[in-house]
Amino acid sequence: MFEQSSAMRDALLTEIYNEMQRNDKIILLSADFGAPILDKIRKDFPDNFMNVGIAEQNLVNIATGFALEGFDVYIYAIAAFLSMRAYEMIRTNIALMTQLKPLNINLVGVGAGISYVLSGPTHHCLEDITAIRLLPHITLFSPSDVVLTKKFFNYSLQKKIPKYIRFDSKILPSIYSVEDNINFDDGFVELRDAKKKCIVATGYMTHKALTVSADLKKENIDCGVIDMFLLTNYNKTALAEILKKYDTIITLEEAFINRGGLDSLIANIIADYNLSAKLIRLGFKDKFVFENGTREYLHSLQGLAIENIKEIIKEN
Amino acid sequence: MKCDYDYLKSRALWLRKETLKLHSLAPETRIASSLSPIEILTALYYGKILKVDSANINNENRDRFISSKGHGSIAMYPLLADLGFFDKTELQKVCQPNALLGGIPDCNIPGFETTNGSLGLGLGTGCGIALALKKKKNDGFVFVLSGDGELFEGSVWEAIMFAGHNKINNLILIIDNNKISMLDYCKNIIDLEPLEEKFKNFKWYVKRIDGHNIKEVYDTLIDLKTSDISMPKVLIADTVKGKGVPILETDSLCHIKSLTKEQVDNLLAELN
Repeated sequence: MFEQSSAMRDALLTEIYNEMQRNDKIILLSADFGAPILDKIRKDFPDNFMNVGIAEQNLVNIATGFALEGFDVYIYAIAAFLSMRAYEMIRTNIALMTQLKPLNINLVGVGAGISYVLSGPTHHCLEDITAIRLLPHITLFSPSDVVLTKKFFNYSLQKKIPKYIRFDSKILPSIYSVEDNINFDDGFVELRDAKKKCIVATGYMTHKALTVSADLKKENIDCGVIDMFLLTNYNKTALAEILKKYDTIITLEEAFINRGGLDSLIANIIADYNLSAKLIRLGFKDKFVFENGTREYLHSLQGLAIENIKEIIKEN
Repeated sequence: MKCDYDYLKSRALWLRKETLKLHSLAPETRIASSLSPIEILTALYYGKILKVDSANINNENRDRFISSKGHGSIAMYPLLADLGFFDKTELQKVCQPNALLGGIPDCNIPGFETTNGSLGLGLGTGCGIALALKKKKNDGFVFVLSGDGELFEGSVWEAIMFAGHNKINNLILIIDNNKISMLDYCKNIIDLEPLEEKFKNFKWYVKRIDGHNIKEVYDTLIDLKTSDISMPKVLIADTVKGKGVPILETDSLCHIKSLTKEQVDNLLAELN
C-alpha cells in the first residue's frame, strides 16, 4: 500500500498493480518512463506491461490496438510529450474513433504545469488542459491528491471511455480523506464555502488556493475554494449552482491563461448561466519559463506568489 | 492450397472497372492510388487469404485488415459491397449527402476496422491489435495496407522498429509500392530504396514481388501467412499508380487527378 505522502503516479500504479492480481485485461504501456512501483509491475506482470521506448506516437497507436480488442489500457509518459507529441494520434485514433467504438484508454501524463521545475520549458506543461479540452470524448482528470487519484482508478476501469490524467510530478499532501464520497459525475468539490469570493483551482494550485483561503481567514476575509478535478465532462448545472452565490470568482491554474483552460471553462459557465460574478484569471502569461529557481520563485515571477494572490483577492 | 488464378484475374479486372465506375460517380475520390492495390485486395478478399465474414463482421476469430492508405482504398467499396458487408445501393450514393461512403473510408463503414486517412497510424495500431490477439490466444492475423509515400511518416518507423524487436509474427504489412506520392515520384522526394534492406535491418521477414501479378501476390501472401517464422512480415508489392489508365500511369501528379465520365466510359470499353 502506498503511503499518504506518495506521489499521485505511485498511487495510480499501485492500484493498477493490485488490480492486475485479479484482472488480466489490464495493459500498462510506458514510453520508457518509470517509477519504483513500475519495477514491481514489470517483474510480476510481464505479460501485462510493455516499455515501447521513447516513442509517444507509437505508444498511443499501440494502445488503440489493445483497446480495440477490449483491453483496459493505461499509457504512461511525460505529460508534455504525451499530450503534444502524440496529439494527432490522440485526436484521430482515440477521440475521433471512440465516437464509433468504445475505447478504454487512460493517458497518464506526469509533470503537469511546471512541476518539473528545473527541467525548463520543454518539460513544463502549461498547454495540456487546453489541448485536451479541445477534443470531444476525452475526460480530463486533473487531481490534487492521492486519495482522489485512488478513487478515480475504479471509475477509470468502469467507464469504458478515453481519459487523460495529468499528474503533478511532486509529492503533494492529501486534501481528501478516504471516507469522502467523491462524485466523479460532478467533477468538482467545494472544499471551502464562502459568501462572496471563491477561488476555483485545479491540481497543484488547489493546495495554493487552500493556503490563500486559510491566510485570509486569519484576516477575517472569507474566500471559498473549489477543486475542479474534471476539466471536461463535469456537471455544468451543478457547478453553476455553486458559483451563482459568489460575486468574485478567481481561477487559479499552472497553465497559460486566456487560451481555453480552467479560466475559459469558468468564463463559459458564467456566460452560459448568466451569472453576475466578476472573473479574475490567474495563471501563466504568454511566455515560456526559462528562469530557474524554486516553484514558488517561478510563481512569484508570474504574480502568483501567495502574497500576490491574497492582495488580488482583497482588492476585488 | 489450390488456387484458381484465372478466377482471381477476372475478379481483379472486374474490381478495376467497378472502381473506375465509382470514381465517375464521385470525382473527388482518389482514383490513381486506388487502382494500384487492386490485385492485392483481390488476392486478400477473393483469394480468401483474409479470414473475414460479412455475415458476422465482428467475429472474434476474424483476421483484422487495416487500410492505412485511406485515400487509396476506394476499391474497397465495390469489393465490400459485393461480399455483402453493406448494401450495393450504397455505391450509387457515394459522396452524396447522407451517404454511407465518403471520399476516405472510416470505421462507420462495415468492413473497416479503423479510421483511415491520417497517414502513419495504421501500422502502430496494427501492432497493438496483433499483440492483443496473441494475449487473447487468438490466432487471427493483422494485415496492414500502406502506401510507400506513407513511409515518410516517422511514426511508421517507430512501429517498424517496435514490431521487429517484439517479433510480432501475426502482423503482415503490405506496401503498395506505387512509387508516387502526392506531388512527385518518391525517389525525388526522399529515396526509400533499398527498401528490402531497410526492413531486413529492422528484423522483418521481407518479400518483394510484382504487385500486379495476381499469382505472385496470392502465392506470396499465402507464404507469409503460413510461414512459421518469428518475425513480422512485409510484402513489398511493386505497383503502378493509376494502373490500367495510361494517362495516369505516366503522370507524377496522378494522385490528385480525376477522370471525366467520358474518359471512364472510354476506358471501360477498352478494358472489356
